[in-house]
Amino acid sequence: MKSFDYLRPETLEEALAALSDPDTAVLGGGTNLLDLMKLGVALPDRLVDLTRLPGLDRIETLPDGSWRIGAMVRNADLARDPGFAAAFPMVAEALLSGASAQLRNAATLGGNLMQATRCAWFQDPQARCNRRAPGSGCDALEGANRGHAVLGWTPACIAVHPSDFCVPLAALDAQVEVAGPAGIRHVPLETFHLLPGEEAHRVTALEPGEIVLALRLPAAAAAFAGHARYLKLRERTSFAFALLSAAAALRVEDGRIAEARLALGGVAARPWRCHAAEVLLESAPAAPDSFARAAAAALETAAPSGANGYKIVLAERILARALAAAAAGTPAEMPALPGSLMDDSDRETAHA
Amino acid sequence: MTFSITLTVNGTPHHLALDDLRVTLLDLLRDRLGLTGTKKGCDRGQCGACTVLVNGRRLNACLALAAQQDGAEITTIEGLAPEGRLHPLQAAFLEHDAFQCGYCTPGQIMSAAGLIAEGADGADIERIREGMSGNLCRCGAYRGIARAVAAAAQSENGETEA
Ligand SMILES: Cc1cc2nc3c(=O)[nH]c(=O)nc-3n(C[C@H](O)[C@H](O)[C@H](O)COP(=O)(O)OP(=O)(O)OC[C@H]3O[C@@H](n4cnc5c(N)ncnc54)[C@H](O)[C@@H]3O)c2cc1C
Ligand code: SF4
Ligand code: FES
Ligand code: FES
Repeated sequence: MKSFDYLRPETLEEALAALSDPDTAVLGGGTNLLDLMKLGVALPDRLVDLTRLPGLDRIETLPDGSWRIGAMVRNADLARDPGFAAAFPMVAEALLSGASAQLRNAATLGGNLMQATRCAWFQDPQARCNRRAPGSGCDALEGANRGHAVLGWTPACIAVHPSDFCVPLAALDAQVEVAGPAGIRHVPLETFHLLPGEEAHRVTALEPGEIVLALRLPAAAAAFAGHARYLKLRERTSFAFALLSAAAALRVEDGRIAEARLALGGVAARPWRCHAAEVLLESAPAAPDSFARAAAAALETAAPSGANGYKIVLAERILARALAAAAAGTPAEMPALPGSLMDDSDRETAHA
Repeated sequence: MTFSITLTVNGTPHHLALDDLRVTLLDLLRDRLGLTGTKKGCDRGQCGACTVLVNGRRLNACLALAAQQDGAEITTIEGLAPEGRLHPLQAAFLEHDAFQCGYCTPGQIMSAAGLIAEGADGADIERIREGMSGNLCRCGAYRGIARAVAAAAQSENGETEA
């Protein structure tokens, strides 16, 4: 690992001043950054640890009913906050499906949003990767790319964003509160992660010198609490990144869908909000036909970026299944357990 | 750059000058404090062998900088039980045949201590498996581990074992 200086500012002003130096990285829990530093992928000269900034560990409701969650709130603490989990059960479910208990205790909200792709060539300093080394090419195009993107990709980069947490946040119109030299601004989470376009190395809407200060969830997002699910498909029962995932939230009135919120994970360089599918669901009966039609619409523009065409069919199925689960109602005991091969009870399991 | 920190490890305060900030909590415990009970498996957060309690919460010591932990109270496997006695989890691991080579065991036990302290999973075997999924066991002792943790969780709650 390259050596670095370590700063622990006590105020936001100090933190922003420290970040005006290039090659300075923000340190949250360190569960992604330290890993990348050990691999020689991240090479910061200085780390700015935000633990001592006041207020960043706060979970609060604002007078207008919206929620504000500080960037240093740990993933586990947010998922286990009773008020938050009751208002946004699929966000808690997504958080608790991510990583392991140890990692969730360390991982911060800001770090989860900002975590890097798990693309194997991104993690290998010897490989060609436009995201890590602009203009070098993309070894994933010719490699084992079965986990890569089927939406929003270009030949510049076919990586997916790995976060579970961000998928329901995109569905629920979350906003990222960003602080920088020019003050505070808000960016919709749905477009916070950038699609590759011609260039792949700019991966979020953060400008140099800016930090994630907090996340906001609008009051209206809590109206979906009764019918909201996050379904995660992975290659082992637990402690694995999503191959695909879906967040589905409904407002159901008299058996009909009044409003729907949908997003897919594991399909693109950002959590993928499915607006067209949401529109199709409005006033439709909460029934399998409606779910299948919506799921097909969500994947209409999908295309394989390699040996991953199977993901398109699978994503449709996961989305339809998430919709059915959401329509059935949020379970009383959350998170519902992933389906374990070793479970010899006959209880219903939730995750694929 | 030198950075001084204070850590309380298994009840003993340490004032440490870090002349190299790259040191992880794991390397500090093992190489500087001689507490080699905490194991290094992957060094990447993927196996759980390095699990310790930091202010009562389980963490992977391999993905934490020592500097980040300034002021924290750390409990390692060496500090879990009073001198000369077994912690209920250690006794349960023996009783339920919860290891073979033993390399993952300190991490498993510290993770289980964290899980029981979280209090969210009770003695439900499936929830315990999920809660312990951050700890891999190459010998595949999972069945015994889950049973041992369930037994310890039950005795902790004053219930009788099923
Ligand atoms: C073995 C393993 C398995 C995992 N499995 C999953 C999984 O299944 N699902 C999932 O979603 N995630 C998974 N993760 C990823 C995990 O969620 C992230 O590592 C974690 O959320 C990162 O948070 P952190 O606070 O540790 O970030 P750090 O490592 O501290 O930082 C990550 C990045 O964010 C930047 N950053 C941090 N905070 C801020 C801020 N406030 N403002 C601006 N930039 C900031 C850092 O500079 C760095 O670039 C896994 C990780 C590991 C190691
Ligand atoms: S897919 Fe993106 S992250 Fe992976 S090698 Fe190609 S450019 Fe790099
Ligand atoms: S050594 Fe820390 S998780 Fe493997
Ligand atoms: S007992 Fe050998 S790795 Fe678990």
